Amino acid sequence: MTVTAPDRLDDALAALRDDPSSTVLAGGTDLMVEVNYGSRRPEDVLSLRRVTELRRWRVEPRPGGGDEVVLGATVTYTDLLAPDLAALLPALAQAARTVGSPQIRNTGTIGGNLVTGSPAGDTLPVLAALDATVELASASGRRALPLHDFLIGPKRTARRPDELVVAVRVPVATGPREFLKIGVRNAMVIAVASCALVIDRPRRTLACALGAVGPTPVRDHDAEMWATTRLDWDRAGAPHPSVAEGFARRMAAASRPIDDHRATAAYRRHAVEVMARRALERAWRAA
Amino acid sequence: MTDLRSPPIRGGPAGGRVGDSPVRPDGTPKVQGRFAFASDLHAEGMLWGRTLRSPHPHARIAGLDAGPALALPGVSCVVTAADVPGSATYGLISTDQPVFAGDVVRYVGEPVAAVAADHPETARRALAAIAVDYEPLTPLVDADAAPGAEPIHPEGNVIRRIELVHGDPAATGDVVVEGTYEVGMQDQAFLGPESGLAVPDGDGGVDLWVATQWLHEDRDQVAACLGLAPEQVRLHLGGVGGAFGGREDVSMQVHACLLALASGRPVKMSYLRDESFVGHVHRHPARMRYRHHATWQGDLVKVEAEVVLDGGAYASSSSAVVANAARFACGPYRVPNAAVDATVVRTNNPPCGAMRGFGAVQVCFAHESQMDRLAARLGLDPVELRLRNALGPGDMLPTGQVVTGTAPVAECIRAAVAHPLPPPAGSGLLERPGGAGRTDDPGRTRRGVGVAVGFKNLLYSEGFDDSSEARVRLAAGVATVTCAVAEVGQGFVTIAGQIARTVLGCDAVVVEPAATTTVGSAGSSSASRQTWMSGGAVLRAARLVADQVRSALARRLGVAPESLVLTDDGRIVGGELDVTVAEAAGDEPVEASAVHHHRPTTALDARGQGEPDVSYVFAAHRAVVDVDPDLGLVRVVQVTTGQDVGKMLHPTQVLGQIEGGIAQGVGLAVMEEIVVEGGLVRNPSFTDYLIPTVADMPAVLATCIEQPEPDAPFGAKGAGEPPTISSTAAVVAAIRAATGVDVTRVPVHPWDLV
Amino acid sequence: MTLTTGGAAPAGPAPSYELSVNGVDRRVEGAHAGDSLLHVLRDRLGLPGAKNACEQGECGSCSVLVDGVLVCACLELAEAAVGCAITTVEGLAPAGGEPGDAALAGDVLTDVQQAMVEAGGVQCGFCTPGFVVAIHDLLDRDPDPDPLAVREALAGNLCRCTGYGRILAAVDQVVRVRGRGTTGERA
Repeated sequence: MTVTAPDRLDDALAALRDDPSSTVLAGGTDLMVEVNYGSRRPEDVLSLRRVTELRRWRVEPRPGGGDEVVLGATVTYTDLLAPDLAALLPALAQAARTVGSPQIRNTGTIGGNLVTGSPAGDTLPVLAALDATVELASASGRRALPLHDFLIGPKRTARRPDELVVAVRVPVATGPREFLKIGVRNAMVIAVASCALVIDRPRRTLACALGAVGPTPVRDHDAEMWATTRLDWDRAGAPHPSVAEGFARRMAAASRPIDDHRATAAYRRHAVEVMARRALERAWRAA
Repeated sequence: MTDLRSPPIRGGPAGGRVGDSPVRPDGTPKVQGRFAFASDLHAEGMLWGRTLRSPHPHARIAGLDAGPALALPGVSCVVTAADVPGSATYGLISTDQPVFAGDVVRYVGEPVAAVAADHPETARRALAAIAVDYEPLTPLVDADAAPGAEPIHPEGNVIRRIELVHGDPAATGDVVVEGTYEVGMQDQAFLGPESGLAVPDGDGGVDLWVATQWLHEDRDQVAACLGLAPEQVRLHLGGVGGAFGGREDVSMQVHACLLALASGRPVKMSYLRDESFVGHVHRHPARMRYRHHATWQGDLVKVEAEVVLDGGAYASSSSAVVANAARFACGPYRVPNAAVDATVVRTNNPPCGAMRGFGAVQVCFAHESQMDRLAARLGLDPVELRLRNALGPGDMLPTGQVVTGTAPVAECIRAAVAHPLPPPAGSGLLERPGGAGRTDDPGRTRRGVGVAVGFKNLLYSEGFDDSSEARVRLAAGVATVTCAVAEVGQGFVTIAGQIARTVLGCDAVVVEPAATTTVGSAGSSSASRQTWMSGGAVLRAARLVADQVRSALARRLGVAPESLVLTDDGRIVGGELDVTVAEAAGDEPVEASAVHHHRPTTALDARGQGEPDVSYVFAAHRAVVDVDPDLGLVRVVQVTTGQDVGKMLHPTQVLGQIEGGIAQGVGLAVMEEIVVEGGLVRNPSFTDYLIPTVADMPAVLATCIEQPEPDAPFGAKGAGEPPTISSTAAVVAAIRAATGVDVTRVPVHPWDLV
Repeated sequence: MTLTTGGAAPAGPAPSYELSVNGVDRRVEGAHAGDSLLHVLRDRLGLPGAKNACEQGECGSCSVLVDGVLVCACLELAEAAVGCAITTVEGLAPAGGEPGDAALAGDVLTDVQQAMVEAGGVQCGFCTPGFVVAIHDLLDRDPDPDPLAVREALAGNLCRCTGYGRILAAVDQVVRVRGRGTTGERA
């Protein structure tokens, strides 16, 4: 086993081109658990620790108007909690705050959350609700994939072995953004279910994604459209209860939860309904 | 009565008599990271041992081939059942557990072989190379079905059954309430993994540094399995990273010694967390059916209880745990008539045994749930009902034993509920149900308050002749205490010094490392017994030293020894003379040993009657919870307690036991459970076996009831177990009050409440 | 038989590299390629202060600082930490001291260590070094955290003995004493 730790992205991509079997190490919070417990024995490791350009973020205008934040792949959860970034991406900060512990948040990266692709990955529903785009690079070029094309199954992504996730582009929404997560402990807890919701009043759009209740984040455009057409966009205050209820019911119906040792499927479906309703009511009040 | 809300911080390494709160003598190395825990030890030329464990809950072993493992570079040796030279089995009470499974495995995780290699990773690969041919058998995983099922062990499927009958079994009350309750499998979840270092002595014997609760018992079990004389097996206490009952049983001890003797080299074994979860016993899961009879006025008439504990594959301390469950099934109340049928059975689930509270925790959840049910039926306040029936000194328990010591049950209840209730939760995320997950809707939060009372015995019971030995040496003003107590974090090393200082009037105390080579057995660091038993031994030995010093001083002064008086604070006084024992001793060493026994107890007879206990300890808890009724998420806001402590020898350490014990009780109430499906543990990790973090812990307010126990040294009762016994039941009562949901199982899951 | 904490390397092909630990460059020989920083600290470099309670980032007992950032040593691939400044509990210096100069030398404690001992924040002690490092990290960033911030910052460190009460008391003690030292009149 060798450990390669280049300083420059180009060198990292070249290393991956030369040895696509390399295991990419970002924060290590997923990989090292598997290594410590003997379930994974990487041959060659490509560490991204020194590739400082992957740790940066910037704001760019979007082609269709508005801004997006380009988050380098090794931006950590703690970075997402910093006030300037949290102001741009509040729901992502809310999700980051629920990840693991301070130690994990200091180490774990947004790129790692994407590449691990766990159904319970805390940032994934937020990225899904915001229609984020994943940027991949290899020595031979770059490509961008919408999140739902990048996440193709539980712990399965569209990344090719010679590619690195280098960034994720996250649109800056103008309205309220909410993230809710169920765990039975106040720290270091894997999501039983989670919910991200974004409301854009000027554009009169609503987006909602559920986490840990399907192989990948669950969106239901019909449910979103159902609510969008029934919400009274000209009025402030609480949404009509029938709209909030109907929307939540539709989101719950769209979920595909499983029974496991962390929760029952029935509870997950129920919890999603409560969270979707609360997220909508909370966001609408703030909108 | 002493309030511990603002405990004093006093004393220094040299200070601290009984009743003070001096700092721990091992505190400095522990905060520096220099304290040597068992998992920190290394020896020259050391190998790493690992254990091969069964993936099946029940299977016949048709064959085992270690050849491929031995062929790997770096692998020194492999040992299996065929390599155990002495007793093939071991156990705390019944020796029914194989060192390595021979022809059959009975639980997932049962050891089958062990290897020693030059690196943990080499050892791991060697395990993977051992070929075992298993023929799976149908596992028995339902405790209720165990008594009638095909025996899965030569000793049968019923480990012990106690049918306790007291008073008139035909008695009936005006009011009858019934309930069925369940307790899930809790883990001790000590942080320091099972670890030890075995070093062969080149002469057929072995030294073992190990994290354990009872060195001499381990020594005897290990020696029997190795086929060696006890003197050839020398155990030394490695630093112990918590215990809580989980280190009473042998884990890696025999395996490491076998590997060390086979390889001729030191062998270290240290479990990873997933192995730890199958490497020690757990708290018994329980199913309990109860029927309480009472008068219209609320006086208990009769308690009927049927308790089934799942002991898992091997007996461990199950027979003592079920005896506790039977004896304490009715709660700390006056119960004139009782019929308790308590059984612990064998299954192909993980073995269960000792954990803090030891059988009293499970039945407390049931009897306290019943008391709330009864209060509701009678229209009585739950606190009033408990006070009305509270046990007191001179009362008779369902075993027929009369409480001869202190029993401040009513005082505990009153103290627990006298603390102020907490204000409504603030807006901070961590103050809300759901926490940082931001799920809370403040308008929906429901607050609930619940109360529970619990008790258990102190020390060993049922006729066991328990003892502890200590030696005290006074030389040049320094007292040296030698005692084989396993310091597991409870702070005996502090207490030992306080006792020596108090009796000898000295400042400097050295507590020698615990080992089987220097002194006789101190007994187990369990059953809330070390302050009493080993504290008693240190007290006796120190008093013998003081007496020798007094006699020598009297000789030097040419006066009668009786003319010099030993005071309670370590001075010798007579006429003009007033010196400390240490001063009077001069430089000539004075040494004495003593063995402390508690008063004898008796076995239970066929009807569960007898004088099985030495003493009892009580506590009451009041819990306040906020619940999100739509999501079933619970925030435990506050737990207050009144605890019977006898006398506090070290108030800060008592408070530490109370807060720590409540944390484990809160954990069992709302999050802690080993999930077992078909004999397989589904959550053997700290990722999925959740214990409370600091962000989950409620505020704790404690009042200690000080009524010195007549028989106990300094009047002190052990403080470790009571906080864990009734705190769980109090939290669940509060959840019921908040939600109106009739919860009958712990831990309470969110889906139980929605 | 003399026992030590920290041991010799097993035989076998393995990488060799240098780590900067507590201000000292340490050569790591014979480590296994996949070894975590935790394993290397404990078993190659004789620094057992970081503890091995879970080795999956769920307990905080192995908390160390890497380039000044609080992390779990068990989740750091040791060889990937080459070039980083690693500080373990053994290298925490009392106020005014340099990393590594005092704590190893004797009984000189940092204020956090002192408070943990005095307040009763130590029982079995297995979580203690991790807590000490995490409390230092917290109070260096935020000298006067509110109680909920303390709980959130320390939620990655499990303790099974204390129920956290005396550990929180220790944090309070340090905040009070440090506050007095700088302003002289803190509430």
